[in-house]
Amino acid sequence: MIDEAIESINRRRARWTLTLISLFIILVVSVYYSVSKGPIEITFMEFLYALVGRGEPVHEKVIWQLRMPRVMMAVFVGMGLTVAGVGMQALFKNPMASPYILGLSSGAAFGAAVAMVIGITIIPGRLAIPSMAFIFCFITLMIVYNIARSHGRVPVETLLLAGIAVGAFFSALVSLLTYLAGDELEGIVFWMMGDLSQFGWDNFIIVMPLVVIGVVATYYYSRELNAMMLGDHHAMNLGIEVNKVRFNVLIASALMTAAAVSFVGIIGFVGLVIPHIVRMIVGPDHRILIPASVMAGAIFLVLCDIISRIVMYPGTLPIGIITALIGAPYFIYLLRRRRREIGW
Amino acid sequence: MVDILDIDDISYDYTGSVVIEEIGFQVAAGEVFGILGPNGSGKTTLLKILNRNLRSKTGTVLIEHEDLSRLTKNEIAKRMAVVPQNNEISFAFTVTDIVMMGRMPSLERFQMESEEDLRIVFDAMEKTKTLQFANRFINQLSGGERQRAIIARALAQQPKIILMDEPTLHLDVNHQLEVLDMVHRLSREQGMTVIIVSHDLSLVARYCDKMILIHDHRIEAAGGVDAVLTPENMRKVFNIEASLDYDERIGKNTVTIIRPC
Repeated sequence: MIDEAIESINRRRARWTLTLISLFIILVVSVYYSVSKGPIEITFMEFLYALVGRGEPVHEKVIWQLRMPRVMMAVFVGMGLTVAGVGMQALFKNPMASPYILGLSSGAAFGAAVAMVIGITIIPGRLAIPSMAFIFCFITLMIVYNIARSHGRVPVETLLLAGIAVGAFFSALVSLLTYLAGDELEGIVFWMMGDLSQFGWDNFIIVMPLVVIGVVATYYYSRELNAMMLGDHHAMNLGIEVNKVRFNVLIASALMTAAAVSFVGIIGFVGLVIPHIVRMIVGPDHRILIPASVMAGAIFLVLCDIISRIVMYPGTLPIGIITALIGAPYFIYLLRRRRREIGW
Repeated sequence: MVDILDIDDISYDYTGSVVIEEIGFQVAAGEVFGILGPNGSGKTTLLKILNRNLRSKTGTVLIEHEDLSRLTKNEIAKRMAVVPQNNEISFAFTVTDIVMMGRMPSLERFQMESEEDLRIVFDAMEKTKTLQFANRFINQLSGGERQRAIIARALAQQPKIILMDEPTLHLDVNHQLEVLDMVHRLSREQGMTVIIVSHDLSLVARYCDKMILIHDHRIEAAGGVDAVLTPENMRKVFNIEASLDYDERIGKNTVTIIRPC
C-alpha cells in the first residue's frame, strides 16, 4: 500500500516534468511562428541559422532588430502578469484576484503617466517611469486591501468591488492627465489598451530583469504559499513567518505589474485567466503551478500578439483588446460557476 | 518522568482586559494532557502562546528545557504540531499534498521530499487510516476524514508534542470517539505527548492522564483527572451538579451531569 502510494507520487513528478517540457516546446514554436510571420516570411531552418548568427543578413536584421524584441517583450510581460496573478490569488485565497481586476494596472498606469506628463519621479533616468509605476502600483494595492478588509478577513466581493472602484478612479486620473497634457502623452489608447508594437531591445532589458526578479521571488515561496492557502493559522503552525512571506510576495507582484504596465500599458485578464486554466491542469501546488504558469502566460501573450497583428494586417490592434475579448467572458464564466462550486 | 513542557507564570492581556493570568504547569513526556475550561476562559490564547503564535507578556515556556522565545518558528514546528479547530479547506489539494506539508519544517528550500520523507508521510496516513483516500481532494472529505488528514499531517512533522484545539468541535459523536481513541493509542504506542484544549468535560475525563482546569483566566486546579474534576470544582467552574465516575465497561472515567445549578 505504501509502496503503491510512493509510486503514484513518482508518477506525478514525471507528469510535472513532462508538462513543463511540453509547455516549453509550445513556447518555442509560438515564438518561432511569431517571428516568421510578416512581409518577409522566414522558414524554420532560416530561423535556426539566424539564431546562431549564420543566417542571411536580411533575415538576421528582420529577426533580431524588428521582430524578436517585440516577441520577447510579449514573453516576459506574459510571464510577469501571470505570476503576479498567481501570487495575489494565493495571498488573498481568491481565484478572482489579479493585477487588472484589483486596479493595480490602472494605479501603475497613473504612476507612469505622472512621470511622463508632469515629470515627477523618484529615480531619475531610465527607471523614472517604472519606479513611479511601482510606487503607485503598491499604493493601489494597499488602498484596495484596506478598503476590502473587515475583521481580519478579506471577502471576495468587497475585494473585487474595491479593486474596480479604485481602478476606475486611477483610470479617470490617467484620462485627466492625458486631456490636460494634450500632445505630450500620445494616444490614450496606448495606456488603456496595451500595445507591444513600439519597442526595441532598450526597453526589454529593463523589463526582463524586473520580471525575472518577481518570478524568482514568488517561486522561492511556493511551498509557503501552498500552506498559506489553507489559512494563516495552518501556515504558522508549519513554521512559516506568514507576514514576511505575504509582504515579499506582494512586493514581487507589484514589481512585475509595474514593469509590464510602464512599457506596454494595461493588458488585462492575463493574470486571471492563465493561472486558472493552469490550475485546472496541474492542480494548486505552487511548485508546479508557478513554472507552468510562467510558460503558459508567455505562450498566451505571444499568441495574442500574433492575432493582434493578423486581424488588422498590415496595421495592428492593441493587444489589450484581444486579451480582454478573451478574458472578460472567461471572468464572467468564473463568476457564474463560483456560485455552485466549492474549490478553485 | 521528564517534563517536556514547563510553563511558568504566563500572563496575557488585550489592551487592558486580562485574558490569562499567572498560568504555570508542567507536562510530562508521553502524557495525554487536558486543558479544560469554559468558553472565554482563555484557553485559546494559552494555546497560541504555547505555539508562539502569540508572545506572552510575562513568564517563560520551556520546551525540552529550551526557551520557546529563542527558537525560530521552524524549530518550534519540528518539536510541536498543531491540529487547529477549524479545518475548513476550500482548495483542491489532495490528502497526500496536505499530509506532505507536515514535512515542510524539515526540508531545505527547493528540496524535494526524499523517499524517506514519503515513507514518513504514508506511514502517518496508514496510522490515521487516511491512506485509502490518499488521492481524494481535501475539500470533498467529511469532517472526520478531514480531521484525520490533519492529524496525519501533524504526525508527519514527527513532533514531540501534538497540540489539539477543540478536536471534536465539528465532529459527529462516533467520529469524536474514533479520532480520540486513535490519538490516545498513538500517544501510548509512540510515547508522544498530546495536549488537548477543550471545553468538553467528558472528553477530557475520558482521555486525559493529567489536566489543568481554567476558571476566570487562572488555573483553578491541576493534577490527575480525579483530583481536578471534583463536584466542587465542576460546580464552581461550569455551574453544574456533576460527578466523576469510573466506568468499568469502558475502563475509563466518565462525567455524569446531574443538573445545572
